[in-house]
Amino acid sequence: MNTHTLSVIVENKPGVLARISGLFARRGYNIDSLAVGPTERAEISRITLQVSVEHAGSLEQITKQLNKLIEVLKIVELEENAVRRELVLVKMKADPVARSQIIEIVQLFRGKTVDVHNDSLVIEATGSPDKLEALLEMLRPYGVRELVQSGLVALGRGSKSLTDRGAKVDRARPGVR
Amino acid sequence: MADHHKPTELTGAQALVESLERVGVDVIFGIPGGAILPAYDPLGQSTLLRHILVRHEQGAAHAAEGYAMATGRVGVCMATSGPGATNLVTGLADAMLDSVPIVAITGQVSSAAIGTDAFQEADIRGITMPITKHSFLITRAEDIPGAIKAAFHIAATGRPGPVLVDISKDALSSTAPFNWPPTVDLPGYKPTRTPHPRQIREAARLIRESSRPVLYVGGGVVKAEAYEELAELVKVTQIPVVTTLMARGALPDSNPLHMGMPGMHGTVAAVGALQRSDLLITLGARFDDRVTGKLSSFAPEAKVIHADIDPAEIGKNRQVDVPIVGDVKLVIAELNQVLRGEDLDGFAAWVTYLQALKAKYVVEPEPTKEGILSPEYVIKRLGQLSGDAIYASGVGQHQMWAAQLLPFEKPGRWLNSGGAGTMGYCVPAAMGAKVGAPDEVVWGIDGDGCFQMTNQELVTCTLNDIPIKIAVINNESLGMVRQWQTLFYGERYSNTDLKSRRVPDFPMLAEAMGAVGLRAETPEEVDEVIAKALEINDRPVVVEFVVHKDAMVWPMVAAGTSNDDIMIAKDLAPDWEEEIL
Repeated sequence: MNTHTLSVIVENKPGVLARISGLFARRGYNIDSLAVGPTERAEISRITLQVSVEHAGSLEQITKQLNKLIEVLKIVELEENAVRRELVLVKMKADPVARSQIIEIVQLFRGKTVDVHNDSLVIEATGSPDKLEALLEMLRPYGVRELVQSGLVALGRGSKSLTDRGAKVDRARPGVR
Repeated sequence: MADHHKPTELTGAQALVESLERVGVDVIFGIPGGAILPAYDPLGQSTLLRHILVRHEQGAAHAAEGYAMATGRVGVCMATSGPGATNLVTGLADAMLDSVPIVAITGQVSSAAIGTDAFQEADIRGITMPITKHSFLITRAEDIPGAIKAAFHIAATGRPGPVLVDISKDALSSTAPFNWPPTVDLPGYKPTRTPHPRQIREAARLIRESSRPVLYVGGGVVKAEAYEELAELVKVTQIPVVTTLMARGALPDSNPLHMGMPGMHGTVAAVGALQRSDLLITLGARFDDRVTGKLSSFAPEAKVIHADIDPAEIGKNRQVDVPIVGDVKLVIAELNQVLRGEDLDGFAAWVTYLQALKAKYVVEPEPTKEGILSPEYVIKRLGQLSGDAIYASGVGQHQMWAAQLLPFEKPGRWLNSGGAGTMGYCVPAAMGAKVGAPDEVVWGIDGDGCFQMTNQELVTCTLNDIPIKIAVINNESLGMVRQWQTLFYGERYSNTDLKSRRVPDFPMLAEAMGAVGLRAETPEEVDEVIAKALEINDRPVVVEFVVHKDAMVWPMVAAGTSNDDIMIAKDLAPDWEEEIL
């Protein structure tokens, strides 16, 4: 299984997300992570999808099927070196003894402590999936009480923009052996 | 209504009718109900729109399909919210799988009630998302004209398909200024029509290099009405042709290079042509499992050119050497342009080989078996006596015999449910076809099982002066299922005996619906009743042909097996002869 990150630029209309998630479900594609949000243009939303596929042909089929949705404007597979970030909020069990140790770890990972109580801490951290996994690995021994994680968002490097006005690109990258 | 500087105030319902008139609709098949009721008021006043009141919404959807297939235009059906809308689902799914351009307009509960499980509420947009090309939920009167214009554009262009427009009751009854959008603004929808010249050149190169090429022609050629282009391509290249179930008639069967229909019940010559080919020139076809058999052993030595207007079909099931995205009419015209005048003379041995197979395995049905009519004979005779009629079929054995034995000499005269295999398609589709082509003879070839699913539309036909002719091929069973039980389930006939020689009495049922009811049980009667049916043009006719229930469709490639294992009768494989080249 290979993981790919797709940025899907869509019209900001009701039901778009249902169309996309429905497409994945009925054609048997796996979504590892999904994040939806507004862009710098109000009429356009951006969906970042992480998908696992067995072979390159399936990714191409996913892209083509997504492209058939009328409200999908553009689909781009982000390159290996794209900037990828997730956000995690963790509620830690933290008595006064553990607290300082936890805060030290969090600072190493450039995270923040956003809520403190007698016996708990809420930590906020952003970063690449690898970095967050490493952070959680360090935190687990102290006792994670609750954890919430965002889907992955990602942006290609360099000056090029996916949301520039213009036609659908990569519309027909037809199947080749 | 002309465009004024100050737009006219219309109710949503009036705007809907005005919009339908502007996109050129002339017929709507539908049934009113609570949520759609406001629309039926101005619809009843319209002089341009003919509404045909069907007896079941499924009939409306299939009739819209039949109309679309017979005319090449967008078919329209209309239903109310909840059960009215859900009854359209089968027809929408059918149109999706066979790429038939239809627009379904449904009423929805008032916008304030949406999501409250209100009376006759169903999330029809959600329900139909997987089986429509696109769908709209409209809750404001001012959005109706734009949605209708976009819906018809989407249904008819690119790869055609069904579009649903769900309109809330308050949107229909409130008023708004009527603004007809000058253009359709769909930034994410730009189908590629013109093929890339480089791909055409590449395709031509593969054709020149091949020695056993086949034109694998699918329903896309029918949708694109690329008949003349195809005929020229065949003439220019002398490459043998197969036409799939959806493409029967795209090239006359009498053309010596036409090897017939490929697939599960295709001819030995057509299946053999694909399996032994070194180049498939795929035109508007989609490598459906009923054509390929076991995919891994399909046309094992062939390189593949695949032309389709839907890029997602290319490479979906079969790896492709030369992909061509575009309107197949333009693709074939471009290929003709490049190949015209070239000396492609390397295919003679290949053609001779296939023509020998074709001559050797001709299906010539006997009139009777054990004194009972053979269904194959009935269907063949019906085609011989009726000539260039429009034929709509149901789904099952009779459909396959019709696809094998009708005279496919003219294009655009064959309607059936290929992808979805919808029993019950025949009667309403024939009705829609006759409405679209009133001067043509329209025959429905149906089974006794299929006919009992949607025959109530004969009432609609009688009352609306739609004189279709339906042949009920009565083998008193669900014949195709029975065939599989014979072959694969040890002749244990679980629930396939319909007992339809006892009830219903088909001619009486027909008469009860205002149609003429006839019956034939001998070869002489077959000719008599067909002649009689062809004379009747003032009302529908139903002819029951009482046929043998043990007849089976041959040849057959059993599901999941290789095309190489095609059987021409039970336990009988064809003799492939020695290698050609």
